[in-house]
Amino acid sequence: MSSAKNININLKIWRQKNAQAKGSMETYKLDNVSTASSFLEMLDQLNEQLINDKKSPVAFDHDCREGICGMCSLYINGRAHGPETGTTTCQLHMRKFKDGDTIYIEPFRSKAFPVVKDLVVDRSSFDRIQQAGGFVSVNTSGRTIDANATPIPKHDADRAFEAAACIGCGACVATCKNGSAMLFVGAKVSQYALLPQGKVEATQRVLNMVRQMDEEGFGNCTNTGACEVECPKGISLENIARMNREYLAASLK
Amino acid sequence: MKLDSKIPAGPISDKWTDYKDHLKLVAPNNRPKIDIIVVGTGLAGASAAASLGEMGYNVKAFCFQDSPRRAHSIAAQGGINAAKNYQNDGDSTYRLFYDTIKGGDYRAREANVHRLAEVSANIIDQCVAQGVPFARDYGGMLDNRSFGGTQLQRTFYAAGQTGQQLLLGAYSALSRQIGLGRVKMFNRHEMLDLVKVDGKARGIIARNLVTGELERHSAHAVVIATGGYGNVYFLSTNAMGSNVTAGWKIHKKGALFANPCFVQIHPTCIPVHGVNQSKLTLMSESLRNSGRIWVPKRKEDAEAIRAGKLKPTQLSEDDRDYFLERRYPAFGNLVPRDVASRAAKERCDEGFGIEANDTNEGVYLDFSTEIQSKGKQAAYAKGNHNPTPDEITKLGKQWLEEKYGNLFAMYEKITDENPYETPMKIYPAVHYTMGGVWVDYNLQSTIPGCFVAGEANFSDHGANRLGASALMQGLADGYFVLPYTVSNYLADEIRTGKISTDLPEFAEAEKSVKDTIDKFLNNNGTKSVDHFHKRLGLIMWNKVGMARNEKGLTEAISEIAALKEEFYKDVYVPGSSDELNPELEKAMRVADFIDLGQLMAMDALQRNESCGGHFREEYQDSEGETLRDDENFSFVSAWEYMGYDISKEILNKEELKYEFIKIAARNYK
Amino acid sequence: MAKSSVLSSSIAKKVAMALSGLFLISFLALHFSINLTSVFSEEVFNSCSDFMGYNPLIQYVMQPVLAFGVVFHFVMGFVLELQNRAARPIAYAKNNGSANSSWASRNMIISGLVVLAFLGLHFYDFWFPEMNYKYVEALPQDPTRYYGELVHKFESPVRTGLYCLAFVLLFLHLWHGFNSSMQSVGFNNKFSRALHKLGYAYAVIVPFGFIFIALFHHFNQ
Repeated sequence: MSSAKNININLKIWRQKNAQAKGSMETYKLDNVSTASSFLEMLDQLNEQLINDKKSPVAFDHDCREGICGMCSLYINGRAHGPETGTTTCQLHMRKFKDGDTIYIEPFRSKAFPVVKDLVVDRSSFDRIQQAGGFVSVNTSGRTIDANATPIPKHDADRAFEAAACIGCGACVATCKNGSAMLFVGAKVSQYALLPQGKVEATQRVLNMVRQMDEEGFGNCTNTGACEVECPKGISLENIARMNREYLAASLK
Repeated sequence: MKLDSKIPAGPISDKWTDYKDHLKLVAPNNRPKIDIIVVGTGLAGASAAASLGEMGYNVKAFCFQDSPRRAHSIAAQGGINAAKNYQNDGDSTYRLFYDTIKGGDYRAREANVHRLAEVSANIIDQCVAQGVPFARDYGGMLDNRSFGGTQLQRTFYAAGQTGQQLLLGAYSALSRQIGLGRVKMFNRHEMLDLVKVDGKARGIIARNLVTGELERHSAHAVVIATGGYGNVYFLSTNAMGSNVTAGWKIHKKGALFANPCFVQIHPTCIPVHGVNQSKLTLMSESLRNSGRIWVPKRKEDAEAIRAGKLKPTQLSEDDRDYFLERRYPAFGNLVPRDVASRAAKERCDEGFGIEANDTNEGVYLDFSTEIQSKGKQAAYAKGNHNPTPDEITKLGKQWLEEKYGNLFAMYEKITDENPYETPMKIYPAVHYTMGGVWVDYNLQSTIPGCFVAGEANFSDHGANRLGASALMQGLADGYFVLPYTVSNYLADEIRTGKISTDLPEFAEAEKSVKDTIDKFLNNNGTKSVDHFHKRLGLIMWNKVGMARNEKGLTEAISEIAALKEEFYKDVYVPGSSDELNPELEKAMRVADFIDLGQLMAMDALQRNESCGGHFREEYQDSEGETLRDDENFSFVSAWEYMGYDISKEILNKEELKYEFIKIAARNYK
Repeated sequence: MAKSSVLSSSIAKKVAMALSGLFLISFLALHFSINLTSVFSEEVFNSCSDFMGYNPLIQYVMQPVLAFGVVFHFVMGFVLELQNRAARPIAYAKNNGSANSSWASRNMIISGLVVLAFLGLHFYDFWFPEMNYKYVEALPQDPTRYYGELVHKFESPVRTGLYCLAFVLLFLHLWHGFNSSMQSVGFNNKFSRALHKLGYAYAVIVPFGFIFIALFHHFNQ
């Protein structure tokens, strides 16, 4: 807006040709970045500069650019999605940086998120966890009971929604010193555990999803709470506690 | 070409039921012998893939994103309509049907729209059964809100993230089928051509975006559910990857493209801030439930605001022009999107815009009235019958935060302004495309075996879509229409057997894709893909945007044709074909956008009337309202591809007959 | 699903860590209360110590259970640490952990190892002489000897210093560990907030209480 100005910045960016290649941090200089630009628009500007210089542009994941699709990632200056909490990279704006800043940009790092190229990582492990049990086994006929036949206490519905607000970006894994996916899985388990529709399969769901999570090579949760702080959607640690309870109850059955 | 919409006979409310009862079926033991490809995993694609997989067909689903959960349906904010009448305000299937036809300015097919209204209630039941956490009231019942173009509350929602919750519901159903092995998912794959064998859709050529490998996939039917083409304008509320390529490829193979000029410009988006802007962000229509749209009454005030000398909060009620309430007292701020957008443009064109950018385009969306009224209500509800002004303001802001917190936070992140304290600045932006691939009542394109669903088809919204109806259509198509109509088509395919990908048609299609890729990579031009995309966007926005005229459209057609030549001559695409190469992906998408852009201008030029989102300056009444020409333009324009030169495309017409709704001027006054 | 895989799952491991930790926390409370008596009364301390030293239930049941608890907590902690390190094969060039989590929570392995090293010293100081007294040399039961031994150990400023340092690290370990174990077992309800405070209070009172006792005896020589 009117308060926007232009700044010059230095970038240190992880470049890696493909999954097999060895990568390294490369340095770039970028001038005249508007502070009204989003972080990804800044990267667009860098890529335009690289393309004009006939150099290889930086590959990074992005799609909706309004903080909901969960496609953007990036570990910026040592934090998942950068310095602003409750914000995805696409909603981070350059006004959070100063003229002359050096900005580190790295991919989300986890054994379960192998690098595809540059800053792009493969997060399909999340999909496989979902496929292991993140659903209600109801056919899609539309011939279910009326939507209002089962009242759901507002409190439960709201908690379920808050858990379901997870965008599956993987910031929790990226920021966790153990590379644990407990916040992601905990949120999905919680959403269904809080709703009557999800209760029927609760036991199998939590066992299957946790088994898949472990198979994917994520680390173990040590409750540092970093995931909750860095989650762009503010998913609460309560969801992990709930999953632990659900899991304990399920394994005793 | 003779267009057969295959609308069944009979009374409107029985058409779908009767038709469905007589469709052919495929027996469960035959379904595993049949392959189906679904391209796109938004609401329509994911729900179709899940439903067809559940039925027992072999389904292959494709998306260009890294996960099916990221399709752009996820970004829909406000809600989904359904004729449940839970709020007891007189809603019914007929009313939803009527509102949708009227909202679409009488340019949609009656039968399709009625079917949509009929199944709308099932969608809500289905989603709740899947664990979609819709908003509820304190009694545990589902809550509703109002959207534009209606006078009742039929919109179901989950805060400002309804699309996300519905898509995650469909994604969960899809994930279940993937886990069961009935759907095979291909993430980071882009469909680059349709393969036709003996006139029927028999497969696709897809590029693995990670390895760059071209893959052949065969099937007995192909479902295209790849969304809309708003990105033809470069700046839109669409995701960066949203594209028309799948739809355009089938168009080039014989599917007609319908009503390309019907584009929805959404009134409440955050205004453009600068040259490096990559996309525009929507502020949900639901905000118009609580916000009032205005500009200053005096031009001097607008100038002072733009110069930063005056704050909007300093202007008294008398100095504000609530132009929607003034022009449309019956619907006020909740007029349909096209009407609201045009009204905002009209004020800005007259010099009342308040945004300090190059074009001064912006109006206010103000929540101060709502803060006062809701704050007062909240105080009374707490038993405080003499609240102080401060208490009222505080409670009112709390109410807003609970209802729209995520939207307000997003606004503040982008603009660095606090919308609880100062009104939001908004301006219309390209949001949705009503046009799309022409389909019949079965959602089948003019290519047998090639079905098109969701925003990618043209079928249900006429010349303007009502808010909260896109989600409804996507899920209706995928869950409740395609499973029946695709099965009906496949009933004749049970003896076909597996289709070989070694057929010459596959080889030929693959070669043509490979040639295109090689051409781009060896072009050695000087300008980036975005350079051309931005230029295309500018032509489109200025000449095929919110207001169009003959001169501008004629210019646009030749400018785009020239841009196309320059693009192919001078575009520079770095990298190689055997790697993740986003620039190459963009180049192929922009090539299709350029073609489509020209067709949109041609379509807008031939439609000598104003209707819905299509506003031709030559056709308006003395008050600036749209003037429809039902006598000459009550048809769907369906364009037929005739080769490289887009200006050679042939216009086919499907007459629209209104048997059950009395056609009338659309009036929201 | 096989029960064995349930038991080896990540959640089972963290619950096991939590439960063994909570067990050690309860032992620590007991140890602390006995030591505290040494500040007020030599007799009470001696008689408590004698009871702990000669009660068969404590000697033959609780002591092995405790030993197992310590070893289990340590081995499991180490295994988890290795697994967790393997979950991120390439480290970040720049990582700002303090932006989202406490030092204590990120460095349980360091505080744990220091406490473990201290445990070695503690065994050398008290447990080995005790075993030697009772079982190797088989000296007669003397219910008055404990206080003197305790005071004697805190004569050296170096030893007292090491002792204090170890308890500062124990404070950090408990600061995260107590509440972490509650989260791990899924305790999250309306009492959580109160329990959280209790956890922090425990993490402060017990280690610094031990330090107080050490300094008390050091300066009261």
